[in-house]
Amino acid sequence: MKPIKLFLFIITFTASSLTFASSGEQELRDFHTDPLNRTKSLQHGAKLFVNYCLGCHSAKYVRYERIADDLGIDKEALQANLMFTGEKVGDPLTIALGHDQAKKWFGAVPPDLSLEARLRGSDWVYSYLTGFYPDESRPFGYNNKIFPSVGMPFVMESMKKDMSEEDFDAAMYDLTNFMDYMAEPMKKERIELGRWVIAFLVLLMLPVVVWLNHEYWKDIH
Amino acid sequence: MMTFIKDTTVSLASSGYQWVNDRLPVDRAFKTHMSEYYAPKNFNIMYFFGVISLFVLVNQLLTGIWLTMLYNPSGAGAFDSIEYIMRDVEYGWLIRYLHSTGASAFFVVVYLHMFRGLMYGSYQKPRELIWLIGMAIYFVLMGEAFMGYLLPWGQMSYWGAQVILSLAGAIPVVGDELSLWIRGDYVISGVTLNRFFALHVAFMPIVLIGLVVVHLLALHEVGSNNPDGIEIKANKGPDGKPLDGVAFHPFYTVHDLVGVVIFLIVFCGIIFFMPDGGGYFLEKPNFEPANPLKTPEHIAPVWYFTPFYAILRAIPSKGLGVIFFAGSIAILFILPWIDRSPVKSLRYRGMLSKLNLALFAVVFCILGVCGVKSPDAHPFGLTFIDFKTVGQICTLLYFGYFVGLFVIPSFEETKPLPERVTG
Repeated sequence: MKPIKLFLFIITFTASSLTFASSGEQELRDFHTDPLNRTKSLQHGAKLFVNYCLGCHSAKYVRYERIADDLGIDKEALQANLMFTGEKVGDPLTIALGHDQAKKWFGAVPPDLSLEARLRGSDWVYSYLTGFYPDESRPFGYNNKIFPSVGMPFVMESMKKDMSEEDFDAAMYDLTNFMDYMAEPMKKERIELGRWVIAFLVLLMLPVVVWLNHEYWKDIH
Repeated sequence: MMTFIKDTTVSLASSGYQWVNDRLPVDRAFKTHMSEYYAPKNFNIMYFFGVISLFVLVNQLLTGIWLTMLYNPSGAGAFDSIEYIMRDVEYGWLIRYLHSTGASAFFVVVYLHMFRGLMYGSYQKPRELIWLIGMAIYFVLMGEAFMGYLLPWGQMSYWGAQVILSLAGAIPVVGDELSLWIRGDYVISGVTLNRFFALHVAFMPIVLIGLVVVHLLALHEVGSNNPDGIEIKANKGPDGKPLDGVAFHPFYTVHDLVGVVIFLIVFCGIIFFMPDGGGYFLEKPNFEPANPLKTPEHIAPVWYFTPFYAILRAIPSKGLGVIFFAGSIAILFILPWIDRSPVKSLRYRGMLSKLNLALFAVVFCILGVCGVKSPDAHPFGLTFIDFKTVGQICTLLYFGYFVGLFVIPSFEETKPLPERVTG
């Protein structure tokens, strides 16, 4: 075998073994999203987020104005639907709840959620949000499949009561989608720009350099 | 009138160039290293990774300079400033991804570049010094990457550094004092972050650039090896140029451009569509700020350190583990003196030598996987073996490669070398 073939074989072997090695984690619900086409879902998710999460959780790296710009919400609608406590549009999503207070109420400080979807994965967030079940032994009457004995009460309880299982899952999907967006708000821009960059490299740069190389090397044997 | 201005400008430019050239060896340097540096004409794809490493180095330097303008090197501000770069700075996310994922790309191409050296015996006489300098580059690069990884000040930054720095504590007598001296504090703190920042953005890059220049000077002194492992200088034409050589410029400049563009396609594919590399290039726990009071469940260094980390963990005693860990890197330095084969290239060695290198490459990758996994986990769900045992077997095999390199040539038949390179 020529060494170069041996090398290619090793690469293939290793790549396949890595794929195998990475399977078999905790069982989570699959969360799929299309970052290029999810504005409606994000708008709904944003509304759920400010209504249900923002009371206790901040998202301090995210600014109201950025959300409005990215989600196609005009400034009036932004202030009417997403901003309730007199912030300025350029402000980040911070909260007034103090750490000591929070610790006393829930046993733990509710984490900032700006990066939660990247920290734990969107699959995890979706599984967590849909994973609450009644458990009388817990102080707030609910426990979580993914995060046992979590300090957070089931704040979506009232919402779930008026909904079918599917509708609730759909709502949590939108909320997860919004958290996925918050964790990497430039995702859409990244993918769109990436397509142009790859197209430029493949369609323009590659033919030019391959041709140039061919022209210089054609007489060398 | 126009012609006059044009002529005057041209003559001014050329006399200006002449003026510099009389005082600085511009032409001579260009000839020595580019237009009259003769490289073997039979390079294959493995020979792209040197120039690509250089390309990635430039990427790291440029994106690094821009990040330095926007980053806040303090315990209180570091994490926030990264998010500021990612969200509020125009194209800050692109600069940051180019840098952070560029670090992984750097190690990919450097590992392939080193592997090329192993395949074709590029470290053998007369290129031992090139290999030594190259290893020094690799060593400094590891330090550079290690210090850079602390700067985002995430949980994995913090605890990864904590684990690695505590290794210094295993050195007898001075160990504890030494780790205290490196950290500048009893635990990793803002003090450590500040000094790592200084070393990462100023000291280490200067050393790296210097070593890269020396690496290339040494290479151009003896000339490049090639997949046949024979010296092209042995066959010179009447004009004194190697018959199997081509001028680096223009032939390899245009040739390398193809390699660089193909690399860019792959690299940009990752940057734009998968910048965290599935959690291997940017690790999930690093999206949480460093917290000295909360240890993450599972601490793993970034993938490019995991083969050596697996060796460290394979040995039950910490002191011995550190010795094997250091030894696994140190042994690479003396490679030119371990290999006793009369031929350089694997092409003209026997099957056993080929298998030895193939096994080494596979073992290195498996060690990489072991370093990421928890030692108690079972590969492929096999209950009779855990990653710790796999790591131990592979550690043995890792060092076995060097034994093989030393022993195999004493009985293995080599194939006859060709007079001229074989395309």
